[in-house]
Amino acid sequence: MTTVLSVKDLVTRFKTHEGIVHAVNGVSFDLDEGETLGVVGESGCGKSVTMLTLLRLIPQPPGEIVNGQALFMDRDLLAMPPEEIRSVRGAQIGMVFQDPMTSLNPVLTIGKQLMEPLILHQDMDRRQAQDRAIELLRLVGIPSAETRLEDYPHQFSGGMRQRVMIAMALACSPEILIADEPTTALDVTIQAQIIDLVKRLRQTLSMSIIWITHDLGIVAGLAQRVMVMYAGFIIERAPVKDIYADPQHPYTQGLLGSLPRVDQRRADRLVNIEGLPPDMLTAPKGCPFAPRCPYAYDRCRAENPPLQAVEVGHEVACWWDVKRGKPRYDR
Amino acid sequence: MGADGSVLVRVENLKKHFPIHRGVLQRQVGAIRAVDGVSFDVRRGETLGLVGESGCGKSTTGRVVLQLYPATAGHVYFEGQDLTTLQGEPLRQTRNKMQMIFQDPYASLNPRMTIREIVGEPLDVFNLARGKEKAERVEYLLKVVGLNPFFASRFPHEFSGGQRQRIGIARALALNPSFIVCDEPISALDVSIQAQVVNLLEDLQKEMGLTYLFIAHDLSMVRHIADRVAVMYLGKIMELADQQELYNNPLHPYTQALLSAVPVPDPVVEEKRQRVILTGDVPNPANPPKGCPFNTRCPLAQEVCRTQDPEWRQLRPDHWVYCHRADEIVAGRV
Repeated sequence: MTTVLSVKDLVTRFKTHEGIVHAVNGVSFDLDEGETLGVVGESGCGKSVTMLTLLRLIPQPPGEIVNGQALFMDRDLLAMPPEEIRSVRGAQIGMVFQDPMTSLNPVLTIGKQLMEPLILHQDMDRRQAQDRAIELLRLVGIPSAETRLEDYPHQFSGGMRQRVMIAMALACSPEILIADEPTTALDVTIQAQIIDLVKRLRQTLSMSIIWITHDLGIVAGLAQRVMVMYAGFIIERAPVKDIYADPQHPYTQGLLGSLPRVDQRRADRLVNIEGLPPDMLTAPKGCPFAPRCPYAYDRCRAENPPLQAVEVGHEVACWWDVKRGKPRYDR
Repeated sequence: MGADGSVLVRVENLKKHFPIHRGVLQRQVGAIRAVDGVSFDVRRGETLGLVGESGCGKSTTGRVVLQLYPATAGHVYFEGQDLTTLQGEPLRQTRNKMQMIFQDPYASLNPRMTIREIVGEPLDVFNLARGKEKAERVEYLLKVVGLNPFFASRFPHEFSGGQRQRIGIARALALNPSFIVCDEPISALDVSIQAQVVNLLEDLQKEMGLTYLFIAHDLSMVRHIADRVAVMYLGKIMELADQQELYNNPLHPYTQALLSAVPVPDPVVEEKRQRVILTGDVPNPANPPKGCPFNTRCPLAQEVCRTQDPEWRQLRPDHWVYCHRADEIVAGRV
């Protein structure tokens, strides 16, 4: 399989009044052609910042991309001149964000916003762009598409707006679609519509998708591979079935245990992850999960475990082997 | 979590319409029918889950039950007393039995008050404790919800979302209520913190014999916490049944679609699942469709659904449905 995107050792920080926020602390991953990669984590774990960093959408200052490389078709997104990254963004890499109300311009019609990237990136004239815009709205299932080009975002419902966002992201037939919690603000029945749509589009358009979410349920039905992030690190990465059937990191286990299921009888008690999410203001030392981890021992507090393969395709960043109940690497 | 079966709260044909005013004279031109005739019982010691999508009227129902909004029509009986006929002091006196936990732990705590003041305020309002006694009570409440009383002189902004929700729970418990309306108490929290708060709510229920009306849109969590579940759509209750029964044998087409839309965190199950994908959006509650409110999106809708209101029928033991075709669904003919 060909790799379309290869990210190496990404580090992003933000300077704030309270100190330096260590948002992304050395993230590396590959995205294969036609693959859907799920990125899972709680708020503040760095999953969104990682994607914004490689698209160079981090405001600098206060943000600072300290280190890293993001190879997309043999070109480094982080090193290319600003004009070049602009031609990649929106054209070869499309994006959908969480809140369709704030990511659409309220004073421009949907038609205008849809046609803009087509005229800009694809050299179309107004006529062609308009035809393509109608075609795109049809593709994402918006009824009577021709008449809706003149409408403004507020005239669409939440689910319809998210469809418009997806149409915009797909406008230039991108290689990669980055979707950042695109269904979090939507109701479940509308969410099911959008996920169904993305699954169909992924087949017809054969693109690679990075799907960021905090919802382990969505990822289970959508992704081929999953990576779990915590405190700006990737702490576990595996094919989707392995993550759910055989989670190896105590945090992943805790997350899965804390989820009740709609298709099963209730458990007596949900598994708790004790303590609070990490404070990103302190420079990482040791394993970031150690303060909340039931298995933590001396080494966890002193050294941050590297992400290492434990089985084929299954990588974990943890000193403790939960399966054998003893340290993973004997020194 | 044993519900002994006796009714603590009875809601009868409750309605709440919010008027829409337009024009220079601000004439009333219509009404948002947020709650449009709902009836249910909450039994002593149980958790009744109230689920539905945004705008279905579930939060408004919770607030009208507590008389935070006056009802447009209908009755709410608490321990046999009709709250909708009460006003002023007699109504205020019922407040110590009924409390609320809010969705947004950021907006529901006064940022200028310390935790001690926030949790102690209900005690002041009802003149229940003062001085040392009050300090001891606040300390006890903070311990009960798992907060260190040492932090009582801090302000809300110094706490995380989950901790703030614990403060809100401590405040709700201050008056020893028997009934608590939990309005989406966990939806603003991170996944790992949600489980902490839900476990706390369950522990408190066991220890203090509390009765909950648990309002939420997360059907998985409601399956976990509720004894019985009511499903709302466009101001009406579509289905009400025991938790096991509702999730295993949903009868209303809306409940069926809703349950099939919830993702399951298991790739093996997800691969095989058949989804009912609803088309379209929820209609405007200012102008609900004639007949069954769900008829515009229902895969089984017929002529009768578009013209006549369904009846609220009990089709299986303790299983109520608002659907013209539910008996055919029970019989397996559709």
